Amino acid sequence: MGNIQGKQMVVSAIQNGTVIDHIPSKNLFKVISILKLENIDTQITFGLNLESKKLGSKAIIKIADKFFIQDEINKIAILAPEAKLSIIKDYQVVEKKVLSCPEKIQGITKCVNPKCITNNQNILQKFTVVGRAPKVSLKCEYCEKTTDFEHFNFI
Amino acid sequence: MGKAKSLVSITDFDVEEYLKIIELAAKFEANSYRNVLNGHVIASLFFEPSTRTRLSFESAINRLGGRVIGFSDIETTSSTKGETLHDTIKIISNYCDLIVMRHPLEGAAKYASEISNLPIINAGDGANQHPTQTLLDMYSITKTQGTLQNLSIALIGDLKYGRTVHSLIMAMKYFNPTFHLVAPPELALPNEYKNILKENNIPFYEHTDMHAVLNEVDIVYMTRVQKERFSDLMEYEKTKNTYILKNDMLTNTKPNMKILHPLPRVNEIQQDVDCNPKAYYFEQARNGVFTRQAIISYLLNLNIQ
Repeated sequence: MGNIQGKQMVVSAIQNGTVIDHIPSKNLFKVISILKLENIDTQITFGLNLESKKLGSKAIIKIADKFFIQDEINKIAILAPEAKLSIIKDYQVVEKKVLSCPEKIQGITKCVNPKCITNNQNILQKFTVVGRAPKVSLKCEYCEKTTDFEHFNFI
Repeated sequence: MGKAKSLVSITDFDVEEYLKIIELAAKFEANSYRNVLNGHVIASLFFEPSTRTRLSFESAINRLGGRVIGFSDIETTSSTKGETLHDTIKIISNYCDLIVMRHPLEGAAKYASEISNLPIINAGDGANQHPTQTLLDMYSITKTQGTLQNLSIALIGDLKYGRTVHSLIMAMKYFNPTFHLVAPPELALPNEYKNILKENNIPFYEHTDMHAVLNEVDIVYMTRVQKERFSDLMEYEKTKNTYILKNDMLTNTKPNMKILHPLPRVNEIQQDVDCNPKAYYFEQARNGVFTRQAIISYLLNLNIQ
């Protein structure tokens, strides 16, 4: 979208930073939560319910002066498997990254099992990723119960 | 000091290790009293009561010549003062050579194995895992059938929540079994385990009536159908008498057939079955001591002749 010349951009361009495009609209705020964008103090703009041929409705996030490490960004693959990442330097896309769904994930969501040790003591959640988005689920490495996508309770 | 091998989940061991434990258990059955743990201290940490499992472990340790420290009730520990499991395990790891633990929270033993460098044996973590039960089940099956291979096994009762059933499926899948799954629809085996059976090309048949399968199988593995597992109490009332094994149902069963139960039983095996030579659950509990001797010896790399 940012590269289409002569058209008004829905979300204004950034000089340097990261653009995450093709996020399913309904998952935008979860992605924001996973990436902990609320803790970033540079300029962040986002667009929601934008037209998308692929997704029907998509969201886009533009984060100025922030570059993610791959592990950090892969976490959102469980919510936005089609997302595309562009690294922007001086208004130009200098690199495009694809997400790969990680095999293991720490934190992010609570285990669905109330009797899991991680819900009763101060322990970092660890999961094995089972299946592929949008039907992804997370198997707890402690209690071995599986949390389905619909039951993700983001931390 | 590196991490020692633990037994937290039945999948922590591979096929060779299952067979190794069975081989060792047979050695301990032949000669149970050995002084191989002389001078060793084993911690027995029961954060919730479980008299049979605790005494089975403590008997195994004593027969190996080891000393037991620990507790059988959380009320007597610093956990009641708010100490975390992390700190309890960290401290007790300084006092012993191996930890046996039972905890009401699921995943507690796995977490302990991350904290401690010592071997951890999971003696039950909530409804999750109880791997020593599965290994003693496998030893009992081997003893009564002469093999683990190609057996026909009926799993009867609560197949949804029964952790022993789930673990037995995970362990037996390497030995080409045929499973007959007998349960009320509300307590049927979860799809997760049915998928594992399918992926491993293991034939399984689902039934709601046990009469149809009793005469076909080598092993009848009974479990308790608990009232509190039913969301619909009408459904419980209708099914509660369907999953009770009675002596007169055993007349035409195979001569080699044996009845196993992880115990405690309530009424799902009637007492008149106890005198039938096919009832094996009390010997099964006895096998638990030898199997636990085997597991402790294996995790501590003891040399057993």
